[in-house]
Amino acid sequence: MAAPRTARRPDPLLLLGIVFLAAVALVWSTPLAWMIVASFRPQSFGGLDMASLTPNFTPTLANWREALDSADFARLYLNTAIVCLGILTVQLVTITLAGWAFARLEFRGRAVLFYAFLLQLMLVPPILIVPNLVTITRLGLYDTLTAVMAPYFASAFGVFLMRQTFRTIPRDYEEAAIMEGAAWWQVVARVLVPLARPGLVAFSIVSVVAHWNEFLWPLMVISSTENQTLTIGLASFTQGAESASQWGVIAAGTFLVAAPLMTAFALFQRQFVNSFLFSGVK
Amino acid sequence: MTAIEATDTDVGLAPRVAAGGRRRTHLALALLAPSLVFLVLFTYWPIVRVAVDSVTLTTFGSKTVAYGLGNFARLFDDPAFARAVTNNLIYAVGTVVPSIALALALAVGLEEATGLATTIRTVVFFPVLIPLVAAAALFLFVFLPGIGLLDHHLAKLGVPRTNWLGDPDVALWSLIGLTVWKNAAYYMLFFLAGLQAIPADLYEASRIEGASAIRRFTRVTLPLLGPTFAFVVVIALVNVVTQVDHVVVLTKGGPSDSTNLVLFYIYQQAHENFDTGKAAAATVVSLVALSALSVLSLRTLERAVHYET
Repeated sequence: MAAPRTARRPDPLLLLGIVFLAAVALVWSTPLAWMIVASFRPQSFGGLDMASLTPNFTPTLANWREALDSADFARLYLNTAIVCLGILTVQLVTITLAGWAFARLEFRGRAVLFYAFLLQLMLVPPILIVPNLVTITRLGLYDTLTAVMAPYFASAFGVFLMRQTFRTIPRDYEEAAIMEGAAWWQVVARVLVPLARPGLVAFSIVSVVAHWNEFLWPLMVISSTENQTLTIGLASFTQGAESASQWGVIAAGTFLVAAPLMTAFALFQRQFVNSFLFSGVK
Repeated sequence: MTAIEATDTDVGLAPRVAAGGRRRTHLALALLAPSLVFLVLFTYWPIVRVAVDSVTLTTFGSKTVAYGLGNFARLFDDPAFARAVTNNLIYAVGTVVPSIALALALAVGLEEATGLATTIRTVVFFPVLIPLVAAAALFLFVFLPGIGLLDHHLAKLGVPRTNWLGDPDVALWSLIGLTVWKNAAYYMLFFLAGLQAIPADLYEASRIEGASAIRRFTRVTLPLLGPTFAFVVVIALVNVVTQVDHVVVLTKGGPSDSTNLVLFYIYQQAHENFDTGKAAAATVVSLVALSALSVLSLRTLERAVHYET
């Protein structure tokens, strides 16, 4: 499709474009390349050529050992996984039910309710951290993982996404199932959910990425070390390592926090990209 | 596609609705209930709550008294809040404009899925996936004066050392740089999708008419990317208002409030100063700003949806 647009003779515009792309790629990848190099650099170098990107040293695992020792990473991974999967599980139920209702059912007040849902798309939970903290405390949930999850159990974005997805599925499938005497919930569970899988997968990826990376809200509702998530753990650990100028340890710690999603992305790149697009555009 | 869906919804259920309208409504409410419970708890109720808190004052002995617009008066009298609002505006323009320009340029440059283009896409996309806190942790060293990544390499080009996070005139721009690095490729994705949706024969037609590459870009590509632009601007602005993780890790709003953003200000008032009234008033101001944005964005969202499906 784009092939005929490529110029055959060396076009100054094309050259400029290539230089620009190379420059961006270089600048964009440098911090991450540094992270990997620095995490293996021996600490005895004193820091003067800490910024060097050339691996002119014998790699050491000292930074990694120190990073792993200074925070309970197993616990942090576990808590983060619980939070992400807990949010996702509840969300998948709430958004499927509500998405189907908005896509297929005619009922009084549908338009008003739909806009009431969409409100959460803009007045997002992060802006409501102060009153939500009060609610969480009153519910007796302060310093629990449930507190980190609760504000996200309903997702206007997910409902919107599922409504769009359900609407692209022809009604014939449902009608055939209803003719055969299936109840609405059987139709949803056996017919629509399998057909809506692309939408559900897309939402799942976006949701997990968002909550894996979340920081401010957990920072507010978590006080004890054993309930910290990865981002909170990294922030407090970074503070300690920064004052000791242990940049290699920070690099290793950052890698440990970022690695799972980056690995998943490298493995399922197409799926990730499609999910982000799907979630944004549809 | 859109047209088919529209008729489908309009006609499809009509006879059945007449038969069991009320039962349908009960079923619908039952299906919406799980979502509504959490929306009430964590969206609607907190909005009411901050509205009430913003016009009341909790005195010692936790007696709550009506305070009229007192909290707002205190808020607008606070130079730190004024600074946070100004910073947030600079931060908005400073991150949104370059991110989007860069995202568009990358999308146009990397549109063809050749091996090299795909590799570059992957490389620039990694920052999108790492937590903002992790990015901030990395940039602690990037911004480190003298021996840090920026100064170390800029020194080779003869650039003098800069106190990237310690100089009040520079610090906000350092955070802007970090944000552009982190988000540009996310917006690029939407432009890539937008470009793919432009019919190839439009380009062919303008080529036959003898239009130059630049002219094709300004006459065909840009206008047809309009809905994508609107959509990306909205997500970018929401990010501007809701993400302050890097402020927490890197600067805590300093030096001398030069990097304080509104959400971080709210966090400070609530979490450090325990000034509920002021925090609530500031939250109300943010909610009003976001609502104004949402009126705009519902329209653009609607349009984007029609355009893409």
